[in-house]
Amino acid sequence: MASLEAPDMITPGIEDVVANAKLHGNAGTSDHTMVLNMGPQHPSTHGVLRLVLEIDGEAIVALAPDIGYLHTGIEKTCEAKFYQQVIPLTDRIDYLCPMTNNLAYCLAVEKLLELEIPERAQILRVLLNEITRIQSHLVWLGTHAMDIGALTMFLYCWREREDTLRIFESISGQRMMTSYFRIGGLALEPPLEFREQVQNFLDIMPGRIDQYESLLTGNPIWIGRLQGVGTLSAAEAVALGVTGPPLRASGVDWDLRRDMPYSSYEKFKFDVPTSTVGDVWARYTVRLLEMRESVKICQQAMDMLAGMPANGRIVADAPKIVLPYREQMKTQMESLIHHFKIVTEGFAVPAGEVYQAVESPRGEMGYYVVSDGTAKPYRVHMRNPSFATLQALETMCKGRLLADVVAVIGSIDIVLGEIDR
Amino acid sequence: MATTAPTPNPAPVPDAAAKAGPIFGKAAVFEAMAENAAVKALSELATDAKFDRKELTITVARESIVAACEAVKAAGYNFFEDLTAVDWYPQEPRFQLSYHILSHGMKERVRLAVRLDSAGLTLDSITPVWPSANFYEREVFDLFGIHFAGHPRLTRIMMPENWEGHPLRKDYPVEGYR
Repeated sequence: MASLEAPDMITPGIEDVVANAKLHGNAGTSDHTMVLNMGPQHPSTHGVLRLVLEIDGEAIVALAPDIGYLHTGIEKTCEAKFYQQVIPLTDRIDYLCPMTNNLAYCLAVEKLLELEIPERAQILRVLLNEITRIQSHLVWLGTHAMDIGALTMFLYCWREREDTLRIFESISGQRMMTSYFRIGGLALEPPLEFREQVQNFLDIMPGRIDQYESLLTGNPIWIGRLQGVGTLSAAEAVALGVTGPPLRASGVDWDLRRDMPYSSYEKFKFDVPTSTVGDVWARYTVRLLEMRESVKICQQAMDMLAGMPANGRIVADAPKIVLPYREQMKTQMESLIHHFKIVTEGFAVPAGEVYQAVESPRGEMGYYVVSDGTAKPYRVHMRNPSFATLQALETMCKGRLLADVVAVIGSIDIVLGEIDR
Repeated sequence: MATTAPTPNPAPVPDAAAKAGPIFGKAAVFEAMAENAAVKALSELATDAKFDRKELTITVARESIVAACEAVKAAGYNFFEDLTAVDWYPQEPRFQLSYHILSHGMKERVRLAVRLDSAGLTLDSITPVWPSANFYEREVFDLFGIHFAGHPRLTRIMMPENWEGHPLRKDYPVEGYR
């Protein structure tokens, strides 16, 4: 009965929940609790998450998440690939923010290589990351509202998400699994229509966020379902490893973009929205404000890019690491040799270990990369925000009603792909 | 897609800290970084240290991991970020555990490392210090087969309950056993 003496806040295992229910059980009478299985195929668990709940009537007594249904051994696969071949794998960890995963991995390997990235590439990386953040929050808002019964929101959010996916498609050729970042910079020069496309999106977006708010913020059903539900205090959030919007909604003012800047985030001016309430409503307001801040950051990035020479470098000056331009490869012997060597043998990375964390839409995404001096990573580990945040689910749901579990799962915005890897 | 030759890169600004280069060894790191809060807190417990690529790693003995975590927590490193292992098979000590601990106040992180011989794959759980280590220790147990004494429920988390072997070990083939 491990969970009975376990320190408070430790998420129990499934066996604990079942065993506890048997202890509490008084089968045959009216006062026994029951064990309910939720998932793994359940529309409101946002992926293949299984929950085992002990319920007393409608109230949650205990809850245990069961994960691993999407485990594909990405960390193990990384060890068998060249450094540059890992990038498409990182897309597939958190399929709602592929660019953020690309960035974290590339920054980690660049730190190992001690590579200097051109400013234009850094700004473009920031721009794309913030569009990714808006896109991810749109998916969150649409599905979260749909779980609670506001189906219309889903359609509105998907309308704007389509714009962001078109931007990704024009820049990388892919709508979701973009793999656009490279170790040392970016894959391709953005196409000519990129500027206009992004600017159009940034122009409409603030008005669209107003529209979402007009549909939800004053809605009495929405307020009733969100306010006071799933409360998490600042101390609990820190103890349970919660990061990102749920941490800030609990009153901890921490954002890696501002506090430990990477990829030239220090050049941007933006606010970090926080709340001290810590309930589902606070997470909703914090994320909506974050989308507005992201629009501001994107606009600053667009202005910075406009002030830079078009066609400026987007890759580091490292011919042994970055693939040569196609034109050069076909006309210069040396570039052809570099191309051949990088593709067939990869490039050696000096031995060492680094941990690089970035602020993903869901919180702190960290890549721990260990090199033994060869062309393949010795170990790649991803610290994913959803994995840690899921540990706080029991604390948030205990004592609440069964229907609130759906609201709480929506509010922590987990992606099972990155939990299971 | 650009086919024109790119404009040359502006000369990179030399970074003073990067020029300083890595520092290896407990004595050298503890002398160079005497003001660092983690260095101060672990002066007794550390067995080795390095400062490489602007990241501080302090190695502690297997027995003192909980004491080391309590010491850095008291020194202001309030947030447990990550725990994972590296398998250095066939070298001994075979496993390295890497704990990443962050300080919200000082805006810096420290990596605590523990080396484990393949003969004794057990160390103390740090869940009493940080409950957030719960899932991380279960993951390391599942994928590396390292036991955490005192963990409230050390069961597999990614792989099925009846799985044989620990997939992230280096002697476990990438394609699995057939």
